[in-house]
Amino acid sequence: MKHFMRTLLTSAAVAGLVASATQAEEPVRGGTLVSVMGSNPRTLNGAVQSGIVTGYPAAQLFASPLRYDEDWTPQPYLAESWEISEDGLSFTLNLVKDAVFHDGQPITSEDIAFSIDVIKANHPFKTMFAPVESVETPDAHTAILKLSRPHPALMLAISGQLMSILPKHIYGDVPVEEVKSHPRNNENVVGSGPFKLVEFKSGEHVILERFDDFFIEGRPYLDRVVLRIITDVSARTIAYENGELHMGAFESVPQMVNRLKGVDGITVTPEGYGAIGPLDWLAMNTQRGPLKDKRVRQAIAYAVDKKFIQNALMQGTAADSRTGIHPDSPFYYPDVPTYDLDLDKAKALLDEAGFPMNGDSRFSLTIDFGWPGVKPQVEYVKAALKKVGIDVEVRASADFPTWAKRMGEMDFDMSWDTVFNWGDPVIGVHRTYVSSNIGKGVWSNTQGYSNARVDELLAMAAVETDPAKRKELYKEFQLIIADELPVYHTNTLPYHTVYSDKVGNPPLGIWGTSTPIDMTYLKE
Amino acid sequence: MALLQNLLIRSFYAAVLLLAVLILNFSLMHLAPGDVADTIAQSAGGADPEMLAQIRAEYGLDQPFLVQLGRYIGGVLQFDLGYSYFYNRPVTDLILERLPATLLLVFTAQIFALVLGVFLGAMSAQKPQGWLSHLVTFISLFGYSAPVFWTGILLLIAFSLNLHWFPVAGMRDVTVEGGFWVQALDIARHLVLPMITLASIFIALYSRLARATMMEVLQSDFVRTAHAKGLPMRHVVYRHALSNAMSPVVTLAGLQFSAVISGAVLVEAVFSWPGLGTLAFQSIIARDTPTILGILFFSALVVIVGNLLTDQVLRMMDPRIRGRSA
Repeated sequence: MKHFMRTLLTSAAVAGLVASATQAEEPVRGGTLVSVMGSNPRTLNGAVQSGIVTGYPAAQLFASPLRYDEDWTPQPYLAESWEISEDGLSFTLNLVKDAVFHDGQPITSEDIAFSIDVIKANHPFKTMFAPVESVETPDAHTAILKLSRPHPALMLAISGQLMSILPKHIYGDVPVEEVKSHPRNNENVVGSGPFKLVEFKSGEHVILERFDDFFIEGRPYLDRVVLRIITDVSARTIAYENGELHMGAFESVPQMVNRLKGVDGITVTPEGYGAIGPLDWLAMNTQRGPLKDKRVRQAIAYAVDKKFIQNALMQGTAADSRTGIHPDSPFYYPDVPTYDLDLDKAKALLDEAGFPMNGDSRFSLTIDFGWPGVKPQVEYVKAALKKVGIDVEVRASADFPTWAKRMGEMDFDMSWDTVFNWGDPVIGVHRTYVSSNIGKGVWSNTQGYSNARVDELLAMAAVETDPAKRKELYKEFQLIIADELPVYHTNTLPYHTVYSDKVGNPPLGIWGTSTPIDMTYLKE
Repeated sequence: MALLQNLLIRSFYAAVLLLAVLILNFSLMHLAPGDVADTIAQSAGGADPEMLAQIRAEYGLDQPFLVQLGRYIGGVLQFDLGYSYFYNRPVTDLILERLPATLLLVFTAQIFALVLGVFLGAMSAQKPQGWLSHLVTFISLFGYSAPVFWTGILLLIAFSLNLHWFPVAGMRDVTVEGGFWVQALDIARHLVLPMITLASIFIALYSRLARATMMEVLQSDFVRTAHAKGLPMRHVVYRHALSNAMSPVVTLAGLQFSAVISGAVLVEAVFSWPGLGTLAFQSIIARDTPTILGILFFSALVVIVGNLLTDQVLRMMDPRIRGRSA
């Protein structure tokens, strides 16, 4: 017996050594992962609703044709392979053969065609599938997307939360435009993803359960996922610390991030938000008053110290951003003018633009903000610009819609804003800079920015299928934007994923939790 | 019969008041720039103008104000509270799903505050200058003046983070499996902190009033008589004096019912309690007019029911009121 015990201990020790040496732990089946959402989702159906809150449950309930790894490389998911024709006008998806929906019905090319129709009719990002003219379904496992023009953005648009594959036999009982209010968007959901819906209690939780017939053998590893809805940041912080939550994403409050970084047994990481691409910036209305002049906008950039914003206001949690493209994106070009704090240069530029000091100020501007979290930034801009003789009046909005209306109608001078890239630049970047999108509601080209070369570059980039050439086009675009400054880019929104040591394989790919967590597991 | 008539008249007044509240709030909500289409765009990370126009047309938000108001009131008169634009569900469903949690919180907090408040008040009334009396005054005033969200977070830090006695948020732990009693115990564990937080504001109010009336009652003739006939102190205080001192406290509690409900909004937000308060909070942010108005409607109902209950309790307690009809 003694001998046996010793053998056991030795082998356990050896096993431990081996495990720590290779770092490749074997995922474990089973267990309930308790995770969290910071607000109540409007719907669980990702085909009719975008946004990070719906994205988390939607990506678990519904599969998309592709998924991405950490390096922006597309991986097969519901489509086991794909081909793009020479002319870029035809995109073929070969579906996994024995994939089934949660009700046991096979997933076919008809469902792909149907889902694209639903997304085109209901999803807010029209640019994703605008060039898709028709979907041919030669057989049950082949869907051919026919395009009116080459559309490289399609690769990301059919991944992550952006393309939920819905069963036509369930959601096709109403006209496609009405799927957004389908009663089965929130209960009795029939999806295609690794988890099926057990219960969605508004304000309380979404409970998901392993789908045993998921088309990837052996996955998902977790038996259950509970997505609790906890809106209060302090309560979420304590729940993480207490171990009541295993994992959570999209945490951006610097105090919480820094506090949790110091807690044993918890990892906090900014990885996993490349495709979401959240950016904070100072928007400037290029059609109003002194801001029409590029030199005034540059002077403002010189006077606003973004290091202060990153280090003091965001407490070191936010990364630098310089252009409209998120730093994690392969298209990001960092070698652009950076406007490091230089008050003399700012004053000189303002003099040159014809706004000399008149008494103790040159002119006055207003600055808006849409949510309370960014009030410090706005107050800081006011103080910073005072130093170069610009009086700034802070205009608070009662709530988001009030601000959104001002922005949408371009009734503002400057505003703090946060805008997401959403995968490909065509989806989330172009909208801010193309002149055809001026003043079309919140998060359009609200700056009234118009530059023929930018329009041309973005139009070319949208149809350029060669990634290297595309990168060149976006490089020139970013150089122009950094020079003309319709918006001054200050920092990324510091989204962080929080997970306990018990969690193996947390979702840290480019789509974060907006992608299936079928590879995530709970350690013993 | 008189009771029924009384009830009918009250209900009529309540209905008129309710309608006025709805019209006023509908108008106020309409005055603010922007609407729910913008918040739908926000939750989606953007939307194009055609889509916003489509949403507005679908929900009739592009109609003139009076038409919208007329439609809404027309619906309410037919007991239809409308459809939540933001959550894509009938408002009545949304509210009924959340109502039990709020009722549980509000009623337990109210009863807890009442019982503890009266007890503390009665205790300190016996020795108004004693250390116990000062302690009670201090604690209750502290609870009264501290903002609820602050009290809540403080309790969370003490009892959840450091002592691990109670869970942080929500109403139940979905990983707990078991029969009715196991589930009930789990909910009770979740209820403790939010209930104490909400009650903390009202304990002060009730204990102060109980203390004052108790001191007055203890001076009265029948108490002296009770003492004179040799009843033990405890008996005099808790049997004779207390039941007389209770009436004003219960009356006050009835009046405070609406305050308890509005307090619940903040408490629910701090503790993610899945009740009407969190829904109200989110709907206001989302500009979801039908939901907000629906919640106001239900809150008003709860207040009315609470007041009626208070009346009944008073009648049961005080034979002098029981005799009167109105």
